[in-house]
Amino acid sequence: MAWLPEPVRRLLDAALVAELSVVRRDGRLVTYPLIPLSDGERIYMTSSVLFSRKLEHIRADGRVSASLTDPVAMGGQTGRATIQGDARVLDDDVHDGWTSVLPLWRAKEPVIDWFITQRVALPLFFERAVIEIVPRRVLYWPDGRTDVAPQVLAAPETA
Amino acid sequence: MNARTALERLAGYPYHLATWREASGYPVTVAVEARFEPQSGTATFVRPAGLDVPLSGELSLTGSHIRPRPGYGYDERRHLTVWGLPSPSPGGGITLRATAAWGWDEADMPFFEYAERSVPRSRRYFRALSRRLGRMVRPRLSFFWLALRATRLPFLSATLIPVLLGILVAAAEGAFDLPAALLTLVGAASVHLGVNVANDVFDTLSGADDRNVNPTKYSGGSRVIQYGLVSLRGMTLLAVVFYALGLTVGLVLLATRGSPALLAIGVLGTLVSVFYTAPPVRLAYRGLGEIAVGLGFGPLMVLGAYVVQTRGELSAGAAVASLPIAILVALILYVNEVPDRHADAAAGKWTLPTRWTPEAVVRGYTLAAGAAFLAVAAGVLAGLLPVTALLVFMTLPLAFRVRAGLRSAYDRPYELMTAMGLNIQLHLAAGGLLLLAYLATVVLAALLPEVRPFLR
Repeated sequence: MAWLPEPVRRLLDAALVAELSVVRRDGRLVTYPLIPLSDGERIYMTSSVLFSRKLEHIRADGRVSASLTDPVAMGGQTGRATIQGDARVLDDDVHDGWTSVLPLWRAKEPVIDWFITQRVALPLFFERAVIEIVPRRVLYWPDGRTDVAPQVLAAPETA
Repeated sequence: MNARTALERLAGYPYHLATWREASGYPVTVAVEARFEPQSGTATFVRPAGLDVPLSGELSLTGSHIRPRPGYGYDERRHLTVWGLPSPSPGGGITLRATAAWGWDEADMPFFEYAERSVPRSRRYFRALSRRLGRMVRPRLSFFWLALRATRLPFLSATLIPVLLGILVAAAEGAFDLPAALLTLVGAASVHLGVNVANDVFDTLSGADDRNVNPTKYSGGSRVIQYGLVSLRGMTLLAVVFYALGLTVGLVLLATRGSPALLAIGVLGTLVSVFYTAPPVRLAYRGLGEIAVGLGFGPLMVLGAYVVQTRGELSAGAAVASLPIAILVALILYVNEVPDRHADAAAGKWTLPTRWTPEAVVRGYTLAAGAAFLAVAAGVLAGLLPVTALLVFMTLPLAFRVRAGLRSAYDRPYELMTAMGLNIQLHLAAGGLLLLAYLATVVLAALLPEVRPFLR
């Protein structure tokens, strides 16, 4: 199942921000910057209930794309990738459920541990849903130039 | 944000992303080289190679920015999306005519305000989630943290200092009753916590707390009702429990002391605390909140504790000792009201900062803080306070720092938090030194009775 190409996984591992595009009920596309977390197979993002509009959109239409674009946010890597996939919202336990991805989050944003100790100050920020994305198709630009056609890779079951 | 402004801002982002929907129904987001013409409300970008960008329907351009902070995470967060209708441009690119925009820049709106403005959305989310899961889902905190937050427990120092001061002033005059002292602390703390909780209830009912989008850890109430952590009914019940406990302790003390002075102090204290925010009097809404707080956490608590110890005696020394504490505690409220002033005014809560100009508020702080120190000096010179009370002057630099912070960060609530924190430290430090001064007097009286700690 771990079919994502190695260079794209490296981008995912490094990226502090990915732009998640979702489809609104009226068809408008909305793009949100979020921290992408990945176990090599799936992509995880978390969203506070405070900023839960994206969760409503995903629940209505799970087709999303996550763009890895900013070289500054990817530790200087110049490659770029857009990952299209099917997302679902995991919010059965918004209080604690998201802590399953905390080790991945901590690796990118160490200060999160300090923020968690301040949970009393920001209680709603730490009521969070997990967005789980199963990648279906990847567009990859090895040197980041989008005036050159991307390499296109599809998940095995949809290839 | 209008399209022109949005395009001007978007042009400043380090890279740009075009987003459209493919025939498969999936969005696709691709970095593009874009050129902006805000005057004409358009942006033109190079068509990404190898991809079919539809020219029917809407597409968007997004900018996103962070500054990575290794070992920490990142800051300088901002993003902006402009939607529009595409058309082919002469050079083979695509021109987008902007129609709408949306974004957030933490330089314009601090994260905490952004989060606060989003609280109603979280409430809607919890309602929908509860319906979907078929059970009530609410945000949670552990009991300890919830109790701390709902009662605003750390502010209890405002009670501990005057009550301990009253007990120590009496002890310095030879009167000390430990069980009565402990009961006094419990009773006063209960009333204080009751005031805190009742204040949240009434500020919710008036709409003041709901309107406040700039609460800080020192101002804007506990927010537990707004955040859905405790219901309005739950907080009302909690206030009643604290008041009932305080009243019971007061009645026990009254019964064992039989002092008319204690009765008067108790009745006045109860009225001030209840009508601080309760209608129809609502002292806090009439510009009398600062005086009410100064009276309640100054003379009433110091003299109340003193009278319990002396079984009904009053003294000028205790009254004078209460003055600096009264002024400094009133100043805590006064400074904490500054970031709340817009929400308070909208809710008809006419605190002093809602009535006065920033210059007048800073001047008022200077005069009142000066008066607190003057009261100590005058009390020592009059022989009503021990000479050791002059230790309080060690906190004078804190007062200057609060004034400077108040002046420089008046309109920036989150920066003002530093001054608010220092102001609380000022009350704690001055009160603590005053307690130390009286403790030294008690110890001196026991060990070196020939030493006279008072000037007269």
